Amino acid sequence: MLVLESFEYFAPSSVRQALEVAAKYRGRARFLAGGQSLLPMMKLGLASPSALIDLNRVKGLGYIKDGGGWIRIGAMTRHAEIASSKLLAERVPLMVEAAKQIGDPQVRNLGTIGGSLAHADPAGDWGSVLIALKGLVQVTARRGSKLLEIDKFFVNSFTPRLKAGELVTEVRIPKPPKRSGGAYVKLERRAGDFAIAAVAVQLTLDNSDRVRSVGIGLTSLGPTNLRALKAEKILVGQVPTDEVVEEAAKAAAAEAKPVTDPLRGSQDYKRAMAAVLTRRAIKLAVTRARGGE
Amino acid sequence: MSARVINLIVNGRKVSCAVEPRKLLVNFIRQDLGLTGTHWGCDTGNCGACTVLLNGKSVKSCNVLAVQADGGEIITIEGLSKNGELHPIQQAFWNNHGLQCGFCTPGFIMQAYWLLKQNPNPTKEEVREMLAGNICRCTGYQNIIKAVLDAAEKMR
Repeated sequence: MLVLESFEYFAPSSVRQALEVAAKYRGRARFLAGGQSLLPMMKLGLASPSALIDLNRVKGLGYIKDGGGWIRIGAMTRHAEIASSKLLAERVPLMVEAAKQIGDPQVRNLGTIGGSLAHADPAGDWGSVLIALKGLVQVTARRGSKLLEIDKFFVNSFTPRLKAGELVTEVRIPKPPKRSGGAYVKLERRAGDFAIAAVAVQLTLDNSDRVRSVGIGLTSLGPTNLRALKAEKILVGQVPTDEVVEEAAKAAAAEAKPVTDPLRGSQDYKRAMAAVLTRRAIKLAVTRARGGE
Repeated sequence: MSARVINLIVNGRKVSCAVEPRKLLVNFIRQDLGLTGTHWGCDTGNCGACTVLLNGKSVKSCNVLAVQADGGEIITIEGLSKNGELHPIQQAFWNNHGLQCGFCTPGFIMQAYWLLKQNPNPTKEEVREMLAGNICRCTGYQNIIKAVLDAAEKMR
């Protein structure tokens, strides 16, 4: 039986109160969001905070709303809520497709988008999806809030760009224009496992069927979720023919930085899968941008 | 680190208990309330044997702190049968041989209970997807899926 080490427990009702407690503990406290990663880590001794600041009673952190040019998602919004959001299904279906592939139903009922991002697991799904969508992460401290581009958010494995006392409070997704499509393609050993590898693609086509803009995010293919920048550059301005897509897929595999792990395969295998998944995700995204499924 | 008193409703009954914050909900249910129908399997959120409903949502009770349930409502496997009669989902598991050793069964039944509350008419594919967080080492799953579809039909 895995027993948690003792900790002080706080259940504040506002972000301000939560940040005050965090300030008092100077980095020895952890925020508890959905708890689907943090509690297992505490059981395994990988995290042993002096205090837990439970965000589940904080009001106003769970929402999905239309904010003009952006969709705004509160940090405590559960994966299951994203999976069943009509607004997202209509405006950013990539979010819905990815949410449905996270963990398993029970995990999705509790796990949150903000918690997942702050956990900064390179096998996390949201980082890649936000990279593809060019999303922003709102970080709040006692002195105020700032918006970070997702590309600046991940420092290293399990290391987000968050100082002690800073909290992820919102995610912002720019609304994709017309003729946009996205796809999240994930390879798992079994249902609910972490990805062996996964690729998120979001792209927009112009009226002559050329790629106007594209974002490609890689999961479990490096120390953090990565942007496949070279693959994106290959696609932009081109009609996504089989040859162009293949070239982009190869580029994504080349810029991936997978490592061999005994459970989920060798570096070479993962690199090969990076090419396969990137190709599939781009093709699916293109089909969807053209209005098909 | 001191214990704090939590008040909640478990299977329709009011409960008030002092718990340490580090106590997991599964241990609270089994040890403090003596409701040992909720099984404690992998301890790491993988197997689903400890699934219960917390405020109407299915959760793995090994991945929730007991203090988080303060003010809330829990339904465990013991809360399903009424007046000594098995719940239709329990009966369907029996009728369809949806279990062998039975260790995973309470978790599967609670997850199925949640699923059918949300979606009384699921397809086979939806049942499979919604049971993906529960692991069974005996049955090969086919009879479990049959049982859930059978229960769905009887409950409609």
